[in-house]
Amino acid sequence: AEDEPPSGTPCTQLLVFVATPGCDGFPSLDSKENYKLSVSEGSLLLSADAIWGALRGLETFSQLVGRDENGTYYINKTEIVDFPRFPHRGLLLDTSRHYLPLRAILETLDVMAYNKFNVFHWHIVDDPSFPYESSTFPELSKQGAFNAMTHVYTASDVQTVIEYARLRGIRVIAEFDTPGHTLSWGPGAPGLLTPCYLGREPAGTYGPINPILNSTYKFVTSLFQEVSTVFPDFFLHLGGDEVDFTCWKSNPKIRAFMKEMGFGEDYKKLESFYIQRLLDIVSSLGKGFIVWQEVFDNGVKVRPDTIVHVWKENSTPYMEEMANVTKAGYRALLSAPWYLNRISYGQDWMAAYKVEPLEFEGSPEQKDRVVGGEACMWGEYVDVTNLTPRLW
Amino acid sequence: ELSQLQVVIEAADPGCHSYPHLASSEAYHLTVTEPVAILKADEVWGALRGLETFSQLVHEDDYGSFLVNESEIDDFPRFAHRGILLDTSRHYLPLKSILANLDAMAFNKFNVLHWHIVDDQSFPYQSIYFPELSDKGAYSYNHIYTPTDVGLVIEYARLRGIRVIPEFDTPGHTQSWGKGQRDLLTPCYSGEHPTGSFGPVNPILNTTYDFMTKFYKEISSVFPDAYIHLGGDEVNFDCWKSNPEVREFMRKQGFGIDYAKLESYYIQKILDIVSSYNKGYLVWQEVFDNKAQLKPDTVVQVWMGNNYAHELSSVTGAGFTAILSAPWYLDYISYGQDWKKYYSVEPLNFPGSEKQKKLLIGGEACLWGEFVDATNLTPRLWPRASAVGERLWSSRNVTNLQDAYERLTNHRCRML
Repeated sequence: AEDEPPSGTPCTQLLVFVATPGCDGFPSLDSKENYKLSVSEGSLLLSADAIWGALRGLETFSQLVGRDENGTYYINKTEIVDFPRFPHRGLLLDTSRHYLPLRAILETLDVMAYNKFNVFHWHIVDDPSFPYESSTFPELSKQGAFNAMTHVYTASDVQTVIEYARLRGIRVIAEFDTPGHTLSWGPGAPGLLTPCYLGREPAGTYGPINPILNSTYKFVTSLFQEVSTVFPDFFLHLGGDEVDFTCWKSNPKIRAFMKEMGFGEDYKKLESFYIQRLLDIVSSLGKGFIVWQEVFDNGVKVRPDTIVHVWKENSTPYMEEMANVTKAGYRALLSAPWYLNRISYGQDWMAAYKVEPLEFEGSPEQKDRVVGGEACMWGEYVDVTNLTPRLW
Repeated sequence: ELSQLQVVIEAADPGCHSYPHLASSEAYHLTVTEPVAILKADEVWGALRGLETFSQLVHEDDYGSFLVNESEIDDFPRFAHRGILLDTSRHYLPLKSILANLDAMAFNKFNVLHWHIVDDQSFPYQSIYFPELSDKGAYSYNHIYTPTDVGLVIEYARLRGIRVIPEFDTPGHTQSWGKGQRDLLTPCYSGEHPTGSFGPVNPILNTTYDFMTKFYKEISSVFPDAYIHLGGDEVNFDCWKSNPEVREFMRKQGFGIDYAKLESYYIQKILDIVSSYNKGYLVWQEVFDNKAQLKPDTVVQVWMGNNYAHELSSVTGAGFTAILSAPWYLDYISYGQDWKKYYSVEPLNFPGSEKQKKLLIGGEACLWGEFVDATNLTPRLWPRASAVGERLWSSRNVTNLQDAYERLTNHRCRML
């Protein structure tokens, strides 16, 4: 009966059984997160194939425990068999538009764990600032951070984030977005960005990474060598979005290169030329990669195990894009309807909830290629003063 | 080197032991020069504004030294009523939250806290005469404002030169009142039978007015400001229409089927009750729109978004004072730099004579509480409300968005 006080033997122990723990490893796209939870009188049992499932089960268990008016903790008899629908359930934080202190990132990882997210997509650098302290190129953050003393992530900070995430079964996928979104790289790496021209003279401004210089690829190789070692996850996010061609077009040396390569006036070919080489470099470092959809849209030849990140809502309806990407044989990640930085009045959670990621025309094999999605919290209007209530 | 800031208050009665009011002088004159800077104001309220300005003039250099430039400032507010509305009924706001907000208001020279304290959802105001109201109407015993709490808010505000104008909104927006005060609300009918649900305050019963007389006696003594906000917005007539006794009353009064007349009948009586306690009142625009007989010093709050300039003309044209909120509903969040649209509002952009324009005494930024509680109030309200604060204090010609942007970015960091 409902009004009866909770009865039965007090539960004092939750037994956790993990078949193949892997407690010292890092979570990956293939990690098993399934678990079984059995609650009955005198017995609380959580079993999972891997430690990652046990973490999910513990979160569920904590949510099942209630407290009555007398302050007694109780839990209902229950039998749960649970596993995620999608293996990649991510959250993007942008620490370039506004620096986020470590505590903000760690707090976000906690809340991610409460919600069974398992990927932290760290969009760590971009145009406005470069807070990542590189050991190979210390000048990048020295010149590119908002403040080289107070608005940087040291090597130790980065490891703190990675380990804090790991303990919660969360993968950290770093994004070093190129060739666009790189203005902050310029000051610390002279010669990296394309100088824009006004007629025959340099305008004094810079554009995307300069794709025609050998020095660019030397730099990129060294940087990604470091990044590949620092971040243990198999995947890196290489960006590749929103490359503005105006600056390239203005630069006579680039125009000459275009002619030499027979690219005509199609700067998408130049973009692809860069991305191709970048992907080859990163592959040779033993990493897989995720790229924003433009890389796919612009016909870059990417490895079959590339993951394409669908984010645009305007040009092509995103469901169409999901169909196209998966049809071409690539795996897809969905973010387009989940740009949480685009706030609006009222219960907008409902619109996000109603999204059905597989609502596109395609074969079952295609649908299998949708590995999941990510909610994005771009930082143009977000810092530590408003991150938490905006995101959750 | 600056060694002293002398504060001189000129009036015989500086006002330190009294409450700020609509006619308080907030003007000040600040002369920063070494070795002694002088802040002169007529009343203490001006001194408070001047101290806020002085604190903003002081800046820190790269070595940690505090600096202030020689300056001569002669300042006074453009509008006398510069308010923020907080809603503690849709979501309870702990005292801490309200007090933090009063601090933020002082940083932005706001001088009115419009406390929309009760509404449909909950009744957190602990009444001395009618304890059942909050006993039954609050979300829980932990979600109330005791007389001490209320006193604290009023004093904390006073020390910052901020008036606290409570709003006890009737006859609509009163669902929570019915829990602790039986027979106050109108029973709704379906055909000949009561449905069990209730509508606005019942305007046909004497008991209603007995209650209101006693209730407003308490409110008038608890809240020292000369004004009380009586609400009067969004009265849904369906329930009244459904009730046979109300229909009978309409007939007897010769109101026909014009329920706006019944609403005005009710409001009239409340206005008279409140006047008898020597309080002035503010009302939402519907009360004026529905042609109730208002005392000449009634303040009409214009909140409806559709063509509010036209409403301002009507209200001031009829000789009433007005305050503007329509373009400043800050609960309506949207992506991007929406502060710009709040900043760009020019309150006097409505057709009217000089005399009429003088009747627009200010405005209020409203943060309705449907989606707001202590977890998100501060970042949602600020610094967006700062745009409204400047619009209400500064001269009409201070409109440059680029300049405002630079000052606002600095000001935001100061507020943190």
